[in-house]
Amino acid sequence: MADEVILLDYWPSMFGMRTRVALEEKNIKFDYREQDLFNKSPFLLEMNPVHKKIPVLIHNGKPVCESLIQVEYIDETWPGGNSFLPSDPYQRAQAKFWGDFIDKKVYGPTRLIWGAKGEEQEAGTKEFIEMLKMLESELGDKTYFGGETFGYVDIAMIGFYCWFDVLEKCGNFSIEAECPKLIAWAKRCMKRESVGKSLPNSDKITKFVPELKKKIGIE
Amino acid sequence: MVTGDVKLIGSWASVFVMRARIALNLKSIRYEFLQETYGTKSELLLKSNPVHKKIPVLIHDDKPVCESNIIVQYIDEAWSSYGPSILPSQPYDRAIARFWAAYVDDKWFIALRSILTAGGEEEKKAAIAEVEERTDHLEKAFIECSNGKPFFNGDHIGYLDIALGSFLGWWKVVELDANHILLDETKTPSLFKWAERFCNDPDVKPLMPETAKLAEFARKLFPKPQA
Repeated sequence: MADEVILLDYWPSMFGMRTRVALEEKNIKFDYREQDLFNKSPFLLEMNPVHKKIPVLIHNGKPVCESLIQVEYIDETWPGGNSFLPSDPYQRAQAKFWGDFIDKKVYGPTRLIWGAKGEEQEAGTKEFIEMLKMLESELGDKTYFGGETFGYVDIAMIGFYCWFDVLEKCGNFSIEAECPKLIAWAKRCMKRESVGKSLPNSDKITKFVPELKKKIGIE
Repeated sequence: MVTGDVKLIGSWASVFVMRARIALNLKSIRYEFLQETYGTKSELLLKSNPVHKKIPVLIHDDKPVCESNIIVQYIDEAWSSYGPSILPSQPYDRAIARFWAAYVDDKWFIALRSILTAGGEEEKKAAIAEVEERTDHLEKAFIECSNGKPFFNGDHIGYLDIALGSFLGWWKVVELDANHILLDETKTPSLFKWAERFCNDPDVKPLMPETAKLAEFARKLFPKPQA
């Protein structure tokens, strides 16, 4: 029996991009269903009643929520091909640590950069750069965060890359100037078919942010 | 069986540290417990967790692992042939356990803590209502995950039992502080009974702090504003 895989998602979401990339990496056919987050569908609310958020991965009718949990689920359910997590327990723990770091420390400041003004925005920019530098230090001179293979931390972070242009414009700074190795890493990732298919163009995100601000009622 | 050199940097009062200790107990791993002094951070802690500078930190053969839920998963994997499995075996059940453990940290715990930090009566009432609503979600999660068995993980305690159960000491302390029952036998009967079973588990019992001692510590950590 063929697997039925549905992804409830929202095109600019860097979290949704993680799941898209993971599915593409494993060559899994899935039904991508664009969601309107300003008018949530009954199906979305039924599949994620607790958080009412995207992405939601639905495998043979059973929902899995939270993007990094989905990435791990995909890795465990379809173990063939590229493993996202290393087999060594210590390396796995390190990968999960950095995935968690990205969620806890990198995402928050981005909202201040495009969504806030003045001191708040400046503080967000400063913190974002600091967090990116920590990530860059962890990357070092490796091809990918996990070494030679594209994996969990790369998947966790790459969706932010298409947001870099708009963040730079809003925060008036250059990410390449601050973290050149991270930009080089992102460009390497972008060459992968799974990433190219899953990330929207930067200018689409840049055009989208002012519309988003209007929709959520911030100037 | 060689387990290697195992150290855990932590504190007797920390929920997150307790998670790691329960997991080590489940696997019968001997470890050196390095108690941090409240108000200071040791050099070893700062060196082992330079990013967050927080406890717990598990140091296994000089290699540090940080973040309590990640530590518990590491313990399960590093010592997979010791003792029972902490995570379920099926990918879907693992995803559900991880989901609810994340919910405990990101939503439920935040609500519980806001009772202690509430400014006035109105804020406290709102925080209590939020905890009750979120505990109700956990009651449903228990019924779904346990499938008629005594624990979230089935016949014996596992990842999600540890993630939520480690809060039971503080849960009682916050009840006392709020003067309001937060684990109600009639509202969430399954969780109520599970809590008793969890606290009586031999790998948990020696670690659960005394309510009075924890309440005294809570008063230091969350001082009441002067009237």
